[in-house]
Amino acid sequence: MEEIKLMKGNEAIAHAAIRYGFDGYFGYPITPQSEVLETLEALMPWETTGMVVLQAESEVAAINMVYGGASTGKKVMTSSSSPGVSLKQEGISYIAGAELPALIINVMRGGPGLGTIQPSQADYFQATKGGGHGDYHLIVLSPATVQEMVDFVGLGMDLAFKYRTPAMLLADGIVGQMMEKVRLPEFRPRRTDDEVRQQCPWAATGKHGRKKRNVITSLELESAAMEKNNERLQETYRKISENEVRFQEYYTDDAEYLIVAFGTVARIALKAIEEARESGLKIGLLRPITLWPFCSARIAELSKQVKGILTVELNAGQMIEDVRLAVNGSVPVYHYGRMGGMIPTPGEIMDAFKADFPDAVK
Amino acid sequence: MELQDIIKPENKIYERPHLLLDVNTHYCPGCSHGVVHKLIAEVIAELGLEDCAVGVAPVGCAVFAYNYIDIDWIEAAHGRAPAIATAASRLWPENVVFTYQGDGDLAAIGTAETIHAANRGEDIVIVFINNAIYGMTGGQMAPTTLLGQKTATTPYGRRADLNGYPLKISDILAGLDGTCYVTRQTVHTPAAVRKTKAALKKAFLNAKAKHGTSVVEVVSTCNSGWKMSPADSNKWMQEHMTAKYPLGDLKDIENAHIQ
Repeated sequence: MEEIKLMKGNEAIAHAAIRYGFDGYFGYPITPQSEVLETLEALMPWETTGMVVLQAESEVAAINMVYGGASTGKKVMTSSSSPGVSLKQEGISYIAGAELPALIINVMRGGPGLGTIQPSQADYFQATKGGGHGDYHLIVLSPATVQEMVDFVGLGMDLAFKYRTPAMLLADGIVGQMMEKVRLPEFRPRRTDDEVRQQCPWAATGKHGRKKRNVITSLELESAAMEKNNERLQETYRKISENEVRFQEYYTDDAEYLIVAFGTVARIALKAIEEARESGLKIGLLRPITLWPFCSARIAELSKQVKGILTVELNAGQMIEDVRLAVNGSVPVYHYGRMGGMIPTPGEIMDAFKADFPDAVK
Repeated sequence: MELQDIIKPENKIYERPHLLLDVNTHYCPGCSHGVVHKLIAEVIAELGLEDCAVGVAPVGCAVFAYNYIDIDWIEAAHGRAPAIATAASRLWPENVVFTYQGDGDLAAIGTAETIHAANRGEDIVIVFINNAIYGMTGGQMAPTTLLGQKTATTPYGRRADLNGYPLKISDILAGLDGTCYVTRQTVHTPAAVRKTKAALKKAFLNAKAKHGTSVVEVVSTCNSGWKMSPADSNKWMQEHMTAKYPLGDLKDIENAHIQ
């Protein structure tokens, strides 16, 4: 049964994982997302749905547990925050290389290094450009609301299984910590072992009468064969880019300028835009929902309509590189960012906009 | 007597275990890996586990362990096999999951994963090949390299002041509440091979019965890495390795989960 509750984004993730029929969660505490593991331990899903929850000895162990679980065809996930996600990069690369479905959640805090426990979006590069070694991509979903934290847990895992590739839910610390009203989905039963074997004929489930054994590996020492493996991965990424680009637009119909922002920053930018529109400034908002694949085609289209673009991010300017690539020099693209856990106000965003585009307010 | 008389089925006293795949080996002549692979194939078949056994292969010479035994396998990142086995075992409690790891994999880069999987008492088997050297990468020092032993990265012999001491990781694992069986064996004589097989059998039965973590260390040879003949390697192993790593059971309790 659907339920409406008031809860933190991190708590919502835990409820969503159980309700979407996940088989396993493996994590290690780190601020600001420890509530995910805490909530799961408190809900004791192993007593109800049979979901395994395990506090690992490190982020490295946790992501390798995810690799192990995904290798057996089960729906498994981990969550962490920036420094912990850096530790997980080895395992994420192996999961991508072995073509396994898994969900990885990063509730971002400020860096580099130990940085701060306050919110950030500074792991955009890490999430969208690979992160670990080798040529691979993650499907990267960017939630702006607690509701989307829930929805994207389900969507992320579905996409991961659809393409047999890891998906990442890249949340800023704000949406992890803030409380909002959220609609929890109905309980989806976990697949039975027989269903897992049927749906994942490739998985290391034990042979169980299967003639051919299954081997999960990313290793191939024959160069020509390894190039073929890479080409197969690239083909998957091409299909994902074709079919899974998601974004949301506000006030773009008559927009003369465009702000591009993701996550909760998009909500702050929307507030700024609505205030600006009251004084006649026609600004639109584009919120990329999938950060990879990126909505480059739509931005290219909008660049023919607008006079300039401002990206607003909780970092020193990361997504702006993808926006500039999409625009390809046709209009000016500027960046406004706060770092270290600082969050811009709508007023500050407008000040930045006016400084970058003085002609707009003449 | 003609050849045809000799190869009659009733005269057959030994054959390739049916789970051991009929492929060329990549292991060096004289290497212990092949013997241990064969024993695992025999034990899995004899215990009727071939449909539920899942192996986790390491990084190192045994990275290709999955090419030899006809069961499902997962290839691990270096040192992470026990974490992978943890999930594979917990998510499929009916399956019997084992890791196969070398000394560098298990006792250096994967020390944390090894100790914590064993300390949680995961119902898995850890097969630990201790040949005191990194074979795959060309004979560098391992955590179990003996003091004075020459390797590619200790060309004048391992020194305690520079490199620390040989790590007796099985002794540490035996001290953990999660392990039910920790034993140290060799495979350099037919008698030793039979004892190792019995140890592996006990370990796989423990995993099936969910009695906690079992560790079978096999003190092994790496004649290529040691730069010795296979026969000399066996001799050197007996003289030096077993002095530091004494053979026998370090721990054997019925069930680690009931204490």
